[in-house]
Amino acid sequence: MVTRMKILIIEDDIEAAAYLAKAFREAGIVCDHASDGESGLFMASENSYDVLVVDRMLPRRDGLSVITELRGKGIHTPVLILSALGQVDDRVTGLRAGGDDYLPKPYAFNELLARVEVLGRRKGAPDQDMVYRVGDLELDRLSHSVRRQGKEIPLQPREFRLLEYLMKNAGQVVTRTMLLENVWDYHFDPQTNVIDVHVSRLRSKIEKDFDLPLLRTVRGAGYMIKDDRTASA
Amino acid sequence: MSKLGVLFRTTAVRLSALYLILFSLCAAFLVFYVTGMSERLLQQQTRDAVTAEVTQIEQVYTRAGINGLLRSLERRARQPGANLYVIAGPSGEILAGNVASLEPGLLDREGWTEKPFAYQRYTDESRKDSHVALAHVLMLDNGLRILVGRDLQEPQKFRALVRQALMVALGIMGLGALIIWFAIGRNALKRIDRMSEASTKIMAGDLSQRLPTSGSGDEFDRLSESLNAMLGRIEKLNEGLRQVSDNIAHDLKTPLTRLRNKAEAALARKGTSQRGALEEIIGESDQLIRTFNALLMISRVEAGSAAAEMSEVDLSQIVSDCVELYEPVAEDVGLRLEADVAPGMVISGNRELVGQALGNLLDNAIKYAEGGADPLIKVSLGRRDGKVVLSVADHGPGVPEDKREEVVKRFVRLDESRSKPGTGLGLSLVEAVMEMHHGALNLAATDPEGGDNGKGLTVHMVFPASAT
Repeated sequence: MVTRMKILIIEDDIEAAAYLAKAFREAGIVCDHASDGESGLFMASENSYDVLVVDRMLPRRDGLSVITELRGKGIHTPVLILSALGQVDDRVTGLRAGGDDYLPKPYAFNELLARVEVLGRRKGAPDQDMVYRVGDLELDRLSHSVRRQGKEIPLQPREFRLLEYLMKNAGQVVTRTMLLENVWDYHFDPQTNVIDVHVSRLRSKIEKDFDLPLLRTVRGAGYMIKDDRTASA
Repeated sequence: MSKLGVLFRTTAVRLSALYLILFSLCAAFLVFYVTGMSERLLQQQTRDAVTAEVTQIEQVYTRAGINGLLRSLERRARQPGANLYVIAGPSGEILAGNVASLEPGLLDREGWTEKPFAYQRYTDESRKDSHVALAHVLMLDNGLRILVGRDLQEPQKFRALVRQALMVALGIMGLGALIIWFAIGRNALKRIDRMSEASTKIMAGDLSQRLPTSGSGDEFDRLSESLNAMLGRIEKLNEGLRQVSDNIAHDLKTPLTRLRNKAEAALARKGTSQRGALEEIIGESDQLIRTFNALLMISRVEAGSAAAEMSEVDLSQIVSDCVELYEPVAEDVGLRLEADVAPGMVISGNRELVGQALGNLLDNAIKYAEGGADPLIKVSLGRRDGKVVLSVADHGPGVPEDKREEVVKRFVRLDESRSKPGTGLGLSLVEAVMEMHHGALNLAATDPEGGDNGKGLTVHMVFPASAT
């Protein structure tokens, strides 16, 4: 069963919106577009979307008020806020208004795509699994233990959280920024490849003594954990 | 607007006018009170004198009869400055005395006259001279009436004199006050004029101008001083802005040119090699975006807009997080990251910005200490002299003493470091963050005795004393 994700982009820059819509469609996502706050609010209320991508500064009704209004109507579609105001406090106000994720402009499309896919997935399945499985790798969230082929792999607490986040979003690309935000809970620019080093350490622990690679680097985007056999099957 | 009008609109003059009115009311009350009191006192004296005389006259009458009385009165009336004496018959006709006429009916009642009355005295000069007096009337058993009175001219003259003296004194005081207030008001006006002149110049664009101070430390000086401090800050911000735009022009041209060259080269290529070139171009623009973001962040932090998001943060936790985050990177290049963190250091701050600042320092240390004298990078957090000090010490080549102020400025990179990746904005951001936290950024050598390539750099982030 493959249902295609359907999203709504509320963005007043027609050119940017057209580029986004085209890129999303190429990635297999159905995409609608509204160019001001009022029509965006109307479309988001009348139709069912998996994710809303909302620009903060919009004509006729600003992005934050669109979100507040939707939440007031009991519509809890995940919202990703796009903003040219990429500062810490703007992020806080955005998330406080009911947004689920926040991406400052300019951004890489891969970053936006990865975040939208994670948000869209989140809507369907509430996060209640106690054990995550990818191929022969098993992560028990209660006992904080990781096993592969039944063999226990000792991990540092942070490595555990890193793997937990990757496995929670198994089969999806997660970017370096997403990892820093969700695993370390910081939103700053670490300047260097700190995340890569952490991931490669984790990778060596979960793959060193095993044949099948699970944790893959997605070029120009980030990382993805996936069992290739189930994917091809 | 007339000069007087301007003067009256100054607060000093307005207040003075109010005081003048209040003062005048008080003074008027004083004048009436003092003259009233002295008049009463003098009247009392008059009564006492008259009463004494009446007693004497009664005694004379009892001792020497009517003839003795008449003689006595005659003698008394002739004395210079004599009191008033009247002897009248039962029907009120004046029989003898030194008074020409009296208000009619005055002699009908025994005792004190109720009010001062008018009378005329026998004098050589003029009969029309009317005087005012207070008198006591005595009824004798044979029907004769005797009036003993005392002229009130002197007390009244005295009262008028006192009143006049007070009025003159008040007038002089009021005039003096007016002159002094005028002088003060003018002085204040002049100083304010000088201040507005200076601010006009400043508005015209000369931000180096300062408001004049007289050095007396009064209100005007304090106002000028705080305005000058404000101007200093504005000038610094303005200078920073100018510096940024200058540097943007200089330092962003290079990567933009590189970007353009790469795009041109990619156009010339064909097939799969084009993809690689495009990826390079994206990498190059990402670096540019990163530079812009850092610039934006610095100016936002400097403008203080992030200060709103300050809260109690556990600095110890941030330091542990960052050390944990960077530790593997350091290890990968053969460095050792060691932390000596005192627990529970709580400061008022912005977690993300402090994290970013420390991240910048760690990134610098890892970048520049590679291959240094000692692979140890030490991060320490503790209290020193009541302040919370976070230090990152490396053993790399360090920064020469005369360059330490320089490297904090935007886009400044030492020649030796140009080969390393970076925006030249890392320390600028750290400084801005420290300023926002009312702290300080200090650079020192880790090992001042070390050789040319091993002095190392220790960066101290000094936060003001924490709340706990």
